[in-house]
Amino acid sequence: MPHRTFLWFILPSLLAMILFIALPIGSVLVQSMHVEHEQVLIETETCGPFGCTPSVSVDQNATRALREAQPLGRFNGLRTYTDRNHLATAEVAQAWSETDSLTGFAGRLMNLPFYKALAFTLAYTFVVTPLVIVLGMAIALGVNGLPQLMKGTTIFVSLLPMIVTPLVGSLILFWMIDADGVIGATLQRLTGDPNLSLKASPVLTWITLFVYGIWHSAPFAFIVFYAGLQTVPAETLEAAQIDGASRWQRLRYVVIPHMAPLVVFVVLIQLMDNFRVFEPIVGFSAAANATSLSYFIYSDLRGDVAQFGSAAATSMLTILGVAILLTPVLIRTWRDFNRKRV
Amino acid sequence: MSSVAKRRSTPLIVLSSAFVAAWLIVAAFPFLWTLWGSFKVQGDFFSRADWMNALWGTRTVIETGSAFTGNGYYGAFVEEGFWRAALNTLVVVVFTVIVSLTFGTLGGYALARSGYRYAFWLLMLALVFRAMPHITLVSGYLLPFFEWNLWGHKTTAIIVLVAINQPFTLWMLHSFFLNIPKDLDESAMVDGCTRFQAFRHVIIPVMWPGVVTTGLFSFLLAYNDFAVTAMLLSQENQTMVPQIAGFLGSTFEEGNVMFAVAAVVSATAPLLLLIIFFQRQIVSGLTAGAVKG
Repeated sequence: MPHRTFLWFILPSLLAMILFIALPIGSVLVQSMHVEHEQVLIETETCGPFGCTPSVSVDQNATRALREAQPLGRFNGLRTYTDRNHLATAEVAQAWSETDSLTGFAGRLMNLPFYKALAFTLAYTFVVTPLVIVLGMAIALGVNGLPQLMKGTTIFVSLLPMIVTPLVGSLILFWMIDADGVIGATLQRLTGDPNLSLKASPVLTWITLFVYGIWHSAPFAFIVFYAGLQTVPAETLEAAQIDGASRWQRLRYVVIPHMAPLVVFVVLIQLMDNFRVFEPIVGFSAAANATSLSYFIYSDLRGDVAQFGSAAATSMLTILGVAILLTPVLIRTWRDFNRKRV
Repeated sequence: MSSVAKRRSTPLIVLSSAFVAAWLIVAAFPFLWTLWGSFKVQGDFFSRADWMNALWGTRTVIETGSAFTGNGYYGAFVEEGFWRAALNTLVVVVFTVIVSLTFGTLGGYALARSGYRYAFWLLMLALVFRAMPHITLVSGYLLPFFEWNLWGHKTTAIIVLVAINQPFTLWMLHSFFLNIPKDLDESAMVDGCTRFQAFRHVIIPVMWPGVVTTGLFSFLLAYNDFAVTAMLLSQENQTMVPQIAGFLGSTFEEGNVMFAVAAVVSATAPLLLLIIFFQRQIVSGLTAGAVKG
């Protein structure tokens, strides 16, 4: 296809992506280096019979005028990145020199909002992803052995948790685990602890969110793996059986290697999706015990005064995280592409 | 089916069936429970006394005189104006799907037919864009949109959703067009068609299965979105999902949480219809990108 024709075909799509994905990233970068103007202060002297006392007050009009004239704020360089709410370099250095054990240092880090959000985001990504793979594979193997008639129904039901709006899905579970809800009340009865609440302790909140994540994403892995199982070569399986391979060995040495590319695919998609975990934290009202990077940005933007600079700095750091996460994939694809060309 | 390798021992069949049955309960029970509970009063759905009350509707009978009540739905749709949010969702989603598919088919076709290296780079760029958390992009939009008075309009949200949708749409349609033989449009061009005429008269008639499948996923992305619609739409243009989140913040008074429950059930209903009618396309779409490796 000639370059010119290609350009005309791709133009609308490319324009949309440049304007609303590439430029906003640039806008985030610029915003992250600015902070809101400080309030304009005026010094006045109030003089009375006993002499004059100088007082400082905020000039509301001048402040508003300045903020309207330059909505971006004033240039702040990289200082937003290093302040207490983001990388907190000073606090981290202090914590490092003051604590002598690694656990103590980690405890100090968890008091800093950015590291708290980062820790949950990473934990969520690296706990949920492997469990989704395992559960999805188990369901796929189980369904594969069912009679044909039941497969359609199973797939239909399995699609529900995946396709439901994440916020709605997390609300549905949130209401059920409420102390007065069906699961929450049952847990209280089973453990014999009438004050047990899944919302109160950080550990239980984290586990609840992980369970939600697995419930939400396992169907995706299941469907992909199930489709892959249909294409496992029957001759290889039979040959392996004739050679005396047990059921487990056939699974381990024939089925799983055949599924390897699919596993890579699901892992890639899951890493990308889990890293931006956001809606469940809103749905489960879990912000007190667990915040993610996305939620951190959201709450900055949602506050009484939107903190664009702070939100933008977190966004840049998040984008950096995505880039690190994607690098191995991109390198791999690049190698594959070059191999095909040769 | 008669393959020896596929035959299983009885304990294994029992075990795997039990496992699948357990999964089905885990997957479906929350939805059934919430659907059933949405017709009860709060005292039953969140029962302090006994969770069985939610099944029989003990409090519901005392408060309303019947075992089922539509009060939650009445409150959500009539008192809180949820119907307007539903209407807004319809507008936003329909236009997002139409525009993304139009842009996506053109772009996906070009990517599938161009043999140059830059087509590969564009696809890689799309993959990177696909991984961007949506909220990071939103934080880039807000300030410029406030300045240029673009904030709050449905059109803005539609365009933003289309753009966020593009990377995925491009990938998916690109792989569908790769499956349509090159000879088809090239022979039309040998017969004297321009590239666009070949696309218009030869490709468009055969591309619908791929477009429908991609459309389903564009629909889901727009319908399920929270980050963009919650931040970029003004109060009167609010769609369903942010509105549900709004119910929670403002109405934790007795009874009003049932508005949110009813709204949640109403927002899930269209998705259920979607699975009933398009299950095959959804499954094929999920596996399309994957099975080819």
